[in-house]
Amino acid sequence: MFRQLMTGLVLASLAATAHAALNLDQLMAGLAQHKGGRAKFVEKRTLAVLDRPLVATGEMTYTPPDRLEKRTLTPKPETLLLDKDRVSIERDKRTYSISLASRPEALAFVDSIRSTLAGNRAALEKNYTLQLSGSSENWVLTLSPTAQQIAALLQRITVSGSKDQIHTIDYLLADGDRSELTIEPLEPR
Amino acid sequence: MTPRAWRTLLLWLFAMLAGAAVVWSSRFSADISFFLPARPTVAQQVLVDQLKEGAVSRLLMLAVEGGDAAQRAGLSRDLQGRLATLPEFASVQNGDARSQDAARDFLLAHRYQLSPAVTPERFTVDGLKTAISNSIDLLASPAGMLLKPYLTRDPTGELVELLGGLNAGAQPDSRDGVWASHDGRRALLLVQTRALGSDTDGQEQAIALIREQFAAASRSAGFGALKLELSGPGLFAVKSRATIKREVTRLSLISLTAIVAVLFFVYRSPRILLLSLLPVASGALAGIVAVSLAYGTVYGITVGFGSALIGEAVDYAIYYFVQSGRLGLDNWRQRFWPTIRLGVLTSVCGFGALLFSGFPGLAQLGLYALTGVLTAALVTRFVLPPLAGTAIQVPVPARVGMALHAGLRQVRTLRWPVIGLALAAFTYLGTQHDQLWLPNLSALSTVSAADAAIDARLRADLSTPDARYLVVVTAPDREAALQAAERAGQRLDRLVADGVIGGYDSPARFLPSAATQVARRASLPSPDELQRRLQAALVDSPLSANKLAPFIADVDAARRQPLLGRHDLAGSGLALAVDSLLLQGANGWSALLPLRPVGGEQGTDIPVAAVRTALAGSGALFIDTKGQFDALYGDYLHQAVWLSSAGFVAIVALLLVTLRSPRRLAGVLLPLVMAVALVIAGLHLAGERLQLLHLVGMLLIVAVGSNYALFFDRSAGGATLDTATLMSMAVAATTTVIGFGTLALSTVPVLHAIGVTVGPGALLALLLSAVFASREA
Repeated sequence: MFRQLMTGLVLASLAATAHAALNLDQLMAGLAQHKGGRAKFVEKRTLAVLDRPLVATGEMTYTPPDRLEKRTLTPKPETLLLDKDRVSIERDKRTYSISLASRPEALAFVDSIRSTLAGNRAALEKNYTLQLSGSSENWVLTLSPTAQQIAALLQRITVSGSKDQIHTIDYLLADGDRSELTIEPLEPR
Repeated sequence: MTPRAWRTLLLWLFAMLAGAAVVWSSRFSADISFFLPARPTVAQQVLVDQLKEGAVSRLLMLAVEGGDAAQRAGLSRDLQGRLATLPEFASVQNGDARSQDAARDFLLAHRYQLSPAVTPERFTVDGLKTAISNSIDLLASPAGMLLKPYLTRDPTGELVELLGGLNAGAQPDSRDGVWASHDGRRALLLVQTRALGSDTDGQEQAIALIREQFAAASRSAGFGALKLELSGPGLFAVKSRATIKREVTRLSLISLTAIVAVLFFVYRSPRILLLSLLPVASGALAGIVAVSLAYGTVYGITVGFGSALIGEAVDYAIYYFVQSGRLGLDNWRQRFWPTIRLGVLTSVCGFGALLFSGFPGLAQLGLYALTGVLTAALVTRFVLPPLAGTAIQVPVPARVGMALHAGLRQVRTLRWPVIGLALAAFTYLGTQHDQLWLPNLSALSTVSAADAAIDARLRADLSTPDARYLVVVTAPDREAALQAAERAGQRLDRLVADGVIGGYDSPARFLPSAATQVARRASLPSPDELQRRLQAALVDSPLSANKLAPFIADVDAARRQPLLGRHDLAGSGLALAVDSLLLQGANGWSALLPLRPVGGEQGTDIPVAAVRTALAGSGALFIDTKGQFDALYGDYLHQAVWLSSAGFVAIVALLLVTLRSPRRLAGVLLPLVMAVALVIAGLHLAGERLQLLHLVGMLLIVAVGSNYALFFDRSAGGATLDTATLMSMAVAATTTVIGFGTLALSTVPVLHAIGVTVGPGALLALLLSAVFASREA
């Protein structure tokens, strides 16, 4: 009885591996081949304090390897620029610029999206445990923070996509609030 | 000695003792006030107060270098902890997260007193609706992460408003939780001393303490590789004083040793040598006494000028000892004293012109030299003869006489080449006229280029504003000054909105006037009323009013909060911001509002006219500090030109009255004017950065050089130019050139400029006077 159960489990896991036909390195290599580009995004935030979710829309531009511009158009124009280790936010004609070198946990948080876009497995694995499931047509990558400082902010990040295209990034924060980012490319890569 | 001689001697001795007593109790200073205007304009007074007492003058910037980032951060924290407990420091900041949190908590706790957005309109149904829906929009953005924890306490976003005013863009970077340079290789600290900027002793002590604590901190941590770099106005003052102290001793020693050597070589008698130094010592002492009595404070640079005075004042004794030997005292007094007296008077005209300068350092130099020269001459005339007695004979070797006369004949053949050269110099100066003089005050600064570079780098890393543009408001008391700052701020807000300026700081940002605080408090509705308005405002909002109990509680607490005072800021790091911008002076309080340029493509200049127009009629003063300093130096320079011309005219008038002959006057003046032209042209060609003191040096060439020209004039007038006279002139000129030439070795620009101009100038004055001396007896 016990032997049978074990065999079943082993077989099942073998079958799962064979079916996925996609490993982390392949996924990352595919993502890394992106030449960058523009995409529309819709971001839905669900906060415990609010009775209904907040929705923001806009455009993102990614320039490999380390420049990401997120331009929110509604409900209020705002531009977030992540360039190397500097974040600047422009809002109401004011620009706030912060160096993230001093705040590794904030950098890891902001960097998760950029490193995923860049297919930079090493950078991601510095701060997260990666877990990949699904097939190459429909994969789901889960990032779970390893460092205590990041875990204090964030439970996990779930990225889904097909082939080398990311469709959604879902942040689940430590306090239960979440933020779902849906991305749709604007031009063929 | 005769009874009269005894009387004279006793009188002299008594005067010297009295002088020594005055000097003993004199205050010596090597601070920046040497350069600050004696009669400042209102705007200049603001700068003077800033430089002497302003919080900016009490700031020291520290950088920890070497080791790795973690070591630097650790040391920064340790040093911060050590210094913060010492009474010598008012504030020690290193950007540590704890102090950042303290500042944020302070702003949060007092947001309804501090936020300019707190008005009655903000708390109406419409106002609440707008403010809260803005906050919710912000929540949807990445910046919202900061706001989220405070939403139910601060749904109108006052904290965001206040943090925005802190100008996040100008914060230093940080590494490992403490401030760091942009390249991350240095940890930075900002220290404010308790001692005033003008208290050089206090600054020196504070700097020594910092170095001591740094050494102790790195020892206890075992980080041998870490280095401390330090800069700030206090360090400049301390270094400058050390330089001046060192140079006063060094220059006087060089000058005295060289002159004693020359005199001993000539006199071959220790007794005559000592007697010769008597007028010099008397003159130097009298100079300091006069300055001390007239100004209360003696500048180190003034004392440093003593090395030139030695060379000039010893001349009279040289004339006396060399010339009177064979003539006898009475004969000397009759034949030579009038010429010497005239020379003394021309020198007095030259130095005396400086007395009228609005540049206090220059006026002091003038008084010191004038008193010194006059005293030396009087002592030579009245005290030296009775002391020396009659049995004085300075050897005048025949071969020296032959050599001097031969030399004199030789140089006369140089007339035409010299005229050609002088014409070339005049032409050159004519063409270079516009770029001859350096147009800024930095030419006089003792700060070395290396120190200035370190200072600039630390300032850039710490994002310390250079505070070039300031709006200043003054009032009889603190409350009125804060109210005036708020009124000026309202006008500046419009300029910020229009994009004319990038922003501004104000003491009222963290310490609003009581009137404003009372008005803000009165804007806050009662809990029941606020609850009612929130219900109405948030009907369609994703945020429901019943989640906002913490907000209602905070507003209710704020309605009963006591007014915020200066003492409430202590320890939050904001105290430094307020103290540096709010000063108590002799005539009340002034608030400073430094303006920030828009930056980017518009550069770092601010459109001065637009700001002046915006502030017109408000009573606020707009100051472009760089412009003010340039104007100040321009005034000094302009005045120096005027005073030098006046001094020159006085000398010409004196000579004309005494010599009673335009031809003889021309004979005396021509070589002097040529000497001036040759020296200035030569210095400019050699790449010397010509400034105000070189200009003054031109006058001094005429004032000092005329002494030699006058002896040649005597010979032109028919008197004998015998070997003894020639020798005395040669020796006197040598000592003067040594005295002024020594100043040229100085690294203090004021002294260097005078030395490098007058040293060669005096020599040329003697040589050219010889070249153009018309006849040989």
